[in-house]
Amino acid sequence: MSPRVRKIRKVFNPPPVKGFKPYGSDTDGRKTEPVQLLFEEYEALRLCDYDFYNHHQASVIMGVSRPTFTRIYASVRQKVAMAFAEGRQIVIEGGKVYFDSDWYHCKDCKCYFDNPRKDVEEIVCPLCGSKQVANYEIEDEMPDAGDNQHVDFCVCVSCGYKKPHQPGKPCSNEICPKCNAPLRRNVGRRRRGRLNN
Amino acid sequence: MKVAITSTGNSIESMLDERFGRCSYFVIYNTESKSTEIVPNPNKDAENGAGPASLQLVASHNAEKIVSGEFGTKIKSLADSLKIQLVVVKEPKKVKDIIEMLNK
Ligand SMILES: [Zn+2]
Ligand SMILES: [Zn+2]
Ligand SMILES: [Zn+2]
Repeated sequence: MSPRVRKIRKVFNPPPVKGFKPYGSDTDGRKTEPVQLLFEEYEALRLCDYDFYNHHQASVIMGVSRPTFTRIYASVRQKVAMAFAEGRQIVIEGGKVYFDSDWYHCKDCKCYFDNPRKDVEEIVCPLCGSKQVANYEIEDEMPDAGDNQHVDFCVCVSCGYKKPHQPGKPCSNEICPKCNAPLRRNVGRRRRGRLNN
Repeated sequence: MKVAITSTGNSIESMLDERFGRCSYFVIYNTESKSTEIVPNPNKDAENGAGPASLQLVASHNAEKIVSGEFGTKIKSLADSLKIQLVVVKEPKKVKDIIEMLNK
């Protein structure tokens, strides 16, 4: 039987930088406190205004209630606006979050592994020590023939258009025929019995 | 470092258990002292929450890695927050094969 691996969604992505500094003639003399963004605030802004999820989708992705999400989102909008209007630095830190780490595949022993310690620079296989490792998107490799066709969909997050996903074709290369937004992968809930937890 | 390996039986001759939360035993292997401890999994037949409970069990034994055949999505997040590394082995292997690989 060929392996069946479920797609594992990343919940949080760490920000690419620790913060932002204003520049221009008047910035050095300023003695204003930096504005502090929590990781979850950064994430809320990214999901809504960069990835174009609606509040409901974003709250599900972050695993918080809709009212909580709305509060986080309002707070980050206000903070970013304040930093812009007052020429203040933004520091992104803290908050009660973890970052889902990426998955890797070892070409030598064929295992899959993740890397929860983001401070580890060189990635080696935790089993065999090989350096022949590659980033890996865990996806369903073997959909069952009968019981659940089309469990994966390419969906449009702006208008809700949906079509069955074709394995091997990245959704992000496809465009929504209704509104021209890029499509995304949406993995259906399935095989709950196999989730083992 | 301690590594938890899911096992179908109570010896290192047993096969790797492909389930994490409901595996039969955990073999806790200490890579420094090369010693093993075999821990029966009390969550083997649990209706719900076997995954998180098993993760707590493994964490209480100070394991920093878990080797199994499959992990649920909830486990990934929790293990990340505990800084426990997950290793998925898809080929049938004996627990002692895994230990051998760790020793290399
Ligand atoms: Zn390897
Ligand atoms: Zn659309
Ligand atoms: Zn697709």
